[in-house]
Amino acid sequence: MAGLRPIVKKEEQGMKVSDLVKEFNLTVFSGEEGLENPVSGGYVSDLLSDVMGHAQEGEVWITLQTHQNVMAVASLKDLAAVIIVKGFEPGEDTVAHSNEEGIPVLGTGSETFEIAGRLYQFLNRGAG
Amino acid sequence: MVVEHTYHVKGGDFTHAGSASSKVKKLLKQLDIDPKKIKNIVIALYEAEVNIVAHAWEGEIWIAISPEKITMVLTDKGPGIPDIEQAMVEGFSTASKEVREMGFGAGMGLSNIRRNTDELKITSEVGTGTKVEMVNYF
Repeated sequence: MAGLRPIVKKEEQGMKVSDLVKEFNLTVFSGEEGLENPVSGGYVSDLLSDVMGHAQEGEVWITLQTHQNVMAVASLKDLAAVIIVKGFEPGEDTVAHSNEEGIPVLGTGSETFEIAGRLYQFLNRGAG
Repeated sequence: MVVEHTYHVKGGDFTHAGSASSKVKKLLKQLDIDPKKIKNIVIALYEAEVNIVAHAWEGEIWIAISPEKITMVLTDKGPGIPDIEQAMVEGFSTASKEVREMGFGAGMGLSNIRRNTDELKITSEVGTGTKVEMVNYF
C-alpha cells in the first residue's frame, strides 16, 4: 500500500547545508567539507548544555557563541552546521576545529529571531 | 572482554573541554554500540567532563566498557560540592561569570547527566574533590 501514500518526504526534499547557504546568503567561515551534510531541522540556543541535552542529530544550530566549545558540542551531537548570528565571527580555534570535523560554521548579519524564522519557514515549506 | 581507558582533564582548560568525551564517542562507535545509547552516554560524559574543567583543578576520567555496559568514573581534585542535593536542582550553578558568558554554567549539567544515565552516584568532600560514577547499560 506504500504507493498510495503521498510521497513528499524529507529525504526527497533532501535539504542540504549548501541549500541554506544559497537561500540565506550565508558566509561560509569553515568546514566546507560538510556543506553537503543533510539538514534535519534547526535548534536555537546560546546555552551549551541546552544544546547538549536537546538538539538532535542533523540539526543546524543558530547561536551567538563563537568560541571553540561550540564545535565540541556540534561534533558530539552530530549537528549539520552552526550559524553564527549578528555578524559575529568564529574564533581561530573554532575555525580549525570546524575544518577538522567537517562541520561548517556559517555566518549571517541577521539577528537570531529573523534567521530562525526564515529557516523554520524554509525547512517547513510544502509540509502540512 | 573489557576495554578500559583513562583520560586526564585539566581544570580551566576550555580549549580541550570535551576531547575525552569525543574519544569515548569514537570508541563506542567502533564497538558498534547502539547509536541511541551512544547519544545518552556522550551527553552525560561531556557534562561531567565540563564540570571538571569549570570547577575543579584537575581530574581523571576512567571508563570501562564491557559487553553489557559502560562504567564512567570521574574523580577530581577541587573545591567539592557542599550540598549535592542543591547542586542537582535544575538552574542552580556556582559557575563564574566568565564561564557563564561562554554559555556554560546554566545549571543544566547535572540534570542532563541524571536524565541520560542509568545509574548515577556523586560523592564529594569539600576542599578535596568530587567523584561522579555513572553507568549506562547497552
